[in-house]
Amino acid sequence: MREINLALYKKVYLIRKAEEKIREHYYEDEMKTPMHMSMGEEAIAVGVCHALKAEGQIFGTYRSHAIYLAKTGDTDNFFAEMYGKDTSLQKGKGGSMHLCAPELGFMGTSAIVGSIIPVAVGAAFANKRKGNHKLVAVFFGDGATDEGVFWESLNVACLMKLPLLFVCEDNGLAVHTPKSRRHGHNSITDVVSQFNCNVRKEVTTDVELIYELTCKAIKLTEETRRPSFLHLKYYRYLEHVGVNEDFDAGYRSRDEFEEWYKIDPVNLQRKKLLESGYNEAEIQKMERHIDAQIEKSIKLAQKAPFPDRSELYKETYA
Amino acid sequence: MRKISYCEALNEAMSQEMERDPTVFVYGIGVPDHKRIFGSTVGLVEKFGSERCFDTPLSEDAMTGFGLGAAINGMRPIHVHMRVDFLLLAMNQLSNMVSSYRYTSAGKLKVPMVIRAVIGRGWGQGSQHSKSMYSVFAHVPGLKVVLPATPRDAKGLLISAIRDDNPVIFMEHRLLYYVSGEVPEEPYTIPLGKTTVLHEGEDITVVATSWMNVEALKAAEILGRRGVSVEIVDPRTIAPFNDELVIKSVEKTGYCIVADNDWLNCGFSAEVAARVSELCFNNLKSPVYRIGFAFTPCPSTRPLENCFYPNAIDIIRAIEKKLKLQPMDLSNEDFYSYENKFRGPF
Repeated sequence: MREINLALYKKVYLIRKAEEKIREHYYEDEMKTPMHMSMGEEAIAVGVCHALKAEGQIFGTYRSHAIYLAKTGDTDNFFAEMYGKDTSLQKGKGGSMHLCAPELGFMGTSAIVGSIIPVAVGAAFANKRKGNHKLVAVFFGDGATDEGVFWESLNVACLMKLPLLFVCEDNGLAVHTPKSRRHGHNSITDVVSQFNCNVRKEVTTDVELIYELTCKAIKLTEETRRPSFLHLKYYRYLEHVGVNEDFDAGYRSRDEFEEWYKIDPVNLQRKKLLESGYNEAEIQKMERHIDAQIEKSIKLAQKAPFPDRSELYKETYA
Repeated sequence: MRKISYCEALNEAMSQEMERDPTVFVYGIGVPDHKRIFGSTVGLVEKFGSERCFDTPLSEDAMTGFGLGAAINGMRPIHVHMRVDFLLLAMNQLSNMVSSYRYTSAGKLKVPMVIRAVIGRGWGQGSQHSKSMYSVFAHVPGLKVVLPATPRDAKGLLISAIRDDNPVIFMEHRLLYYVSGEVPEEPYTIPLGKTTVLHEGEDITVVATSWMNVEALKAAEILGRRGVSVEIVDPRTIAPFNDELVIKSVEKTGYCIVADNDWLNCGFSAEVAARVSELCFNNLKSPVYRIGFAFTPCPSTRPLENCFYPNAIDIIRAIEKKLKLQPMDLSNEDFYSYENKFRGPF
């Protein structure tokens, strides 16, 4: 578990640091893509992705920096795409909201709330048909459960007994609208429990706990041949879109943030490493290594050329 | 050559492709039920099993995303809708997801999926069982849109659509299901994006889509007896739309009528008219004329429905007007009535 905890920390640190760098550079106005920041949800992204085997496939939303970095570990492509450069494998055709690296199991995202969920269901169906034992995880927010397509997709996945993890990252907000103004029920997990799937919920920022919970859910999905639904709470540190805090906007208070920050997933995991015997110098050395990786990726992206205009029409059709 | 119906041709295309390629599967509301999508999916569940031929919940939106997910993961789904109108529930998936998934991945993922949708007509289908809507789909880059009008095209184009690595919307007019024609038994393909001349002529060009080809052929037959030679060009696929044969024909005849199985406003007929005026304006002896649905929702009662749909008579009258001919007597002509094939009650 000690090694696993180290691996988990490296990932949450990488994500946090990469996003801090985005905040630092965003004002230069060179990353011209709407940023939906992941800060606060790192434990969910890393815990779930680490529990999926390497061949596992994930789908996400426009808020997918954390799951992309957790799944792929890549920062070169990531920043090249943020800067819209030719060196990105996506050639700047996706941007922050449409990251995609199928060769690494990151199968794509959607900026239309809920719209990626049925795509993950179909991917799970293909895996089942092929008998390749690949598991699919689909990430979405609590806002997606307001959409009809979420219920259609859940129904189909349960009906067809597909190897699929639904991961609901619940920050209580759909853009700025709280659940109390959106839900005609009191508990999403109570409703989902009525479907033929395994439901687990947790309120934690402990990445190790989420990792273990997901491992159990995966085992359960394999044993019961039913999809699993994970409901995980987190607190969105920044505004819905953009790199700033928005506690002055009036819909939530800084006090709320302060409470959650006491159990910040990155700090929590770092503390755990120290308690388990790693010393400060070791941890710092590893952090500097990750910092350097990010710094290098940003520099490469900044220097890279933009795609040629001939790229525009490519890949509209096969 | 043997003759089979349009419906049988569709069935044979799917059956042969499912036999050839184990990644092909067919699904949709009612696909394996006793009616089998007006007979077009007959025998498939028996031959290929319920894993490859299955019914779905009434979830057009999710089941379209489902097809996309299966396609990017190596399958070749065929999703079937009994009416185009039902497909509109999947407009988000089609225009936001399916059409752009390949592009945003910069070609790392491919989306080989077919969406079959039936254009309804007649027996009081009314406003929600009768839409064509194909210009809406053809408007979106990344989608292909196919409108076969003959049994031979139905089979060859459907096989091409299944083998194509792009999402293809394949729209079948319900009345065409009864049409019989020569169809080769072996599998064959007709390339998507290839227009055809359905009837050769010298005096005037009629560009017709889907069912309107049947009406245009009837008009050509009647006018032929009067010595007027009509050329009918069927685009077959409107996205991509290769206008080469349309332009060639208009260059020859100097006249162009578009008979579209749809509303005119912002429709495919406008696209044809625009291209003709851009590419062979100087060959035109008079402006392009368009024929299409009345700009109303489709009414249910037969007398109004008859006014809603354009037919062979409308095409004949339009041609006579273009060519400055006196209207001929049509009182002894035998025109198509769907009641010859479909008597109801529904």
